[in-house]
Amino acid sequence: MRTLLFLLRKEFRQIFRNKSLLPMIFVAPLLQLLILPLAANYEVKNINIAVVDHDHSSYSQRLVSKITASGYFRLAGYYNSYSEAFALVEKDRADLVLEIPAAFERNLVREGQQQLFVAVNAINGAKAGLGAAYLGSIIRDFNAGVRMEWIQSPRFEPAPAIEVVSSNWYNPFMNYNFFMVPAILAVLVTMIGGYMTALNIVKEKEIGTIEQINVSPVRKYHFILGKLIPFWVIGMFIFTMGLGVIAWQVYGITPQGSILLLYGVLAVYLLAVLGFGLLISTFCDTQQQAMSLAFFFIMIMMMMSGLFTPIDSMPDWAKAIAYLSPATYFIEVMRMVVLKGSGFADIKFHFLVICLFAVVLNGWAVLNYRKTS
Amino acid sequence: MNEATISCNGLTKQFGDFKAVDHITFEVKAGEIFGFLGANGAGKTTAMRMLCGLSVPTSGQARVAGFNVFKQAEEIKKNIGYMSQKFSLYEDLTVLENIRFFGGIYGLSNKQLKEKSEDLIRQLGLQNVAGTLVGSLPLGWKQKLAFSVAVLHQPRIVFLDEPTGGVDPVTRRQFWDLIYDAAERGVTIFVTTHYMDEAEYCNRVSIMVDGRIEALDTPANLKQQFSAGTMDEVFYQLARGAQRKAD
Repeated sequence: MRTLLFLLRKEFRQIFRNKSLLPMIFVAPLLQLLILPLAANYEVKNINIAVVDHDHSSYSQRLVSKITASGYFRLAGYYNSYSEAFALVEKDRADLVLEIPAAFERNLVREGQQQLFVAVNAINGAKAGLGAAYLGSIIRDFNAGVRMEWIQSPRFEPAPAIEVVSSNWYNPFMNYNFFMVPAILAVLVTMIGGYMTALNIVKEKEIGTIEQINVSPVRKYHFILGKLIPFWVIGMFIFTMGLGVIAWQVYGITPQGSILLLYGVLAVYLLAVLGFGLLISTFCDTQQQAMSLAFFFIMIMMMMSGLFTPIDSMPDWAKAIAYLSPATYFIEVMRMVVLKGSGFADIKFHFLVICLFAVVLNGWAVLNYRKTS
Repeated sequence: MNEATISCNGLTKQFGDFKAVDHITFEVKAGEIFGFLGANGAGKTTAMRMLCGLSVPTSGQARVAGFNVFKQAEEIKKNIGYMSQKFSLYEDLTVLENIRFFGGIYGLSNKQLKEKSEDLIRQLGLQNVAGTLVGSLPLGWKQKLAFSVAVLHQPRIVFLDEPTGGVDPVTRRQFWDLIYDAAERGVTIFVTTHYMDEAEYCNRVSIMVDGRIEALDTPANLKQQFSAGTMDEVFYQLARGAQRKAD
């Protein structure tokens, strides 16, 4: 026990003395948490639309002004020919081309129907899909407005229509930050914990001090605990700052569920993450190797964790990989507890899986860490 | 003086087809200063690592401080000090912090730590730099400090792997004064070196060539045996027959 105290004192001294590392540990994650949610936003805005109007009628004018007034579209240009408008798409200055045919107004009034043509730049699939969908609904709305003007009084039963009314649960204003901030915080804690542990231990290998420890009576578990505890404490601290300062003060997110439960899961999750870092360190001899190896896994963990894209829409093999990463479970827990106010019963399975990761990763690392070769 | 603190019998370490250490057999007596010589790549460090419990031997037997290197490596570690080729104190800790840390992990009490660190700092004349980061000290001071830290817990044996590499002759001389002091307190010294003047300071010397011990005796006897004037010549006669390339 006394040995552990000496190891911990040394570790904390070294961490707080490292002037270039300290900002990376304490400031960088909070800055990232401040910046990333603004960028990682799925709401598509500023879709550039090029309009080709062959009609120049009052109806076509009204349609165009309705589109630009929606706030989602920006008029990139107003043209007389399709090829002129498409040139803008080729230069990547327009995402959509809306072509209004000649005699649009006349056919609409006389025959009660008309066709419009929309060309979509589908390089950015999400933007294209959503842009086309928004445009579709604006045109439908326009269509309904036109019908209202024509049918003065309901002499006949209006055409039966089903209108869908939705109510947004858990995130009533569909604020993207509510969805992203807790998950990004989870990822940041993962990165800090994984990288720092792996690099710290490998650094001792690189400069040779680990040999001086290995030749002493320090027990393997003392050494490992001496490395894990400081980063566990730091992980807890960063999480607290992220939740209390950035999420709450900046984004106004307060966990709906129990904070205690959140910390309980975090405590075990951090163990799993640190075990991952420890395991990486046992396979590497230089910090460069450790950095590359940790980067490889953390990248996969991050991209496949459901942070950006729903896991349900991944192919089966990708789902299998996603569920092999502890980050996936922790991000789900974060979202469930913070947004839905889930209780322990709801996240019990996640919690058990995270426990299992902690045991397996640490166990494997301890087995793999040798004082003798 | 007659009790053997290190005894090896046919100790071998093999990496694949390569026998880094090839059946070495020798004894080191308590209180002795034992010089472990050999060209680069002869297998000195590997042999030393096995004796320190850092590396498991492929075959053979060895006892260090009365403990078996195969089964009691952790017991050995309590009874030895070790100073590796690489400087291995923490450069981002101060002199005092290093002393206290290494003393602490060897189980010295707080009182012992306080006394010993004060003694050591006084003995090395480091009073003015006790609170300075070790990384900013000159190499000679670091080496002396590393040695003193390695014997802080009063081990029965201390292993020194090229402890004076890269330091000036005056500092080397001072370093050897520290070694003699420790030997007088009854610590067995097991030291590798490339400096033949240092070999002369040893009670007995072994010379390794290609993983085997080719000669082992007092420096005086070795010079007589090889009809050489200096240890340099003895070493040269043995080492030029080496097949291995230096590492």
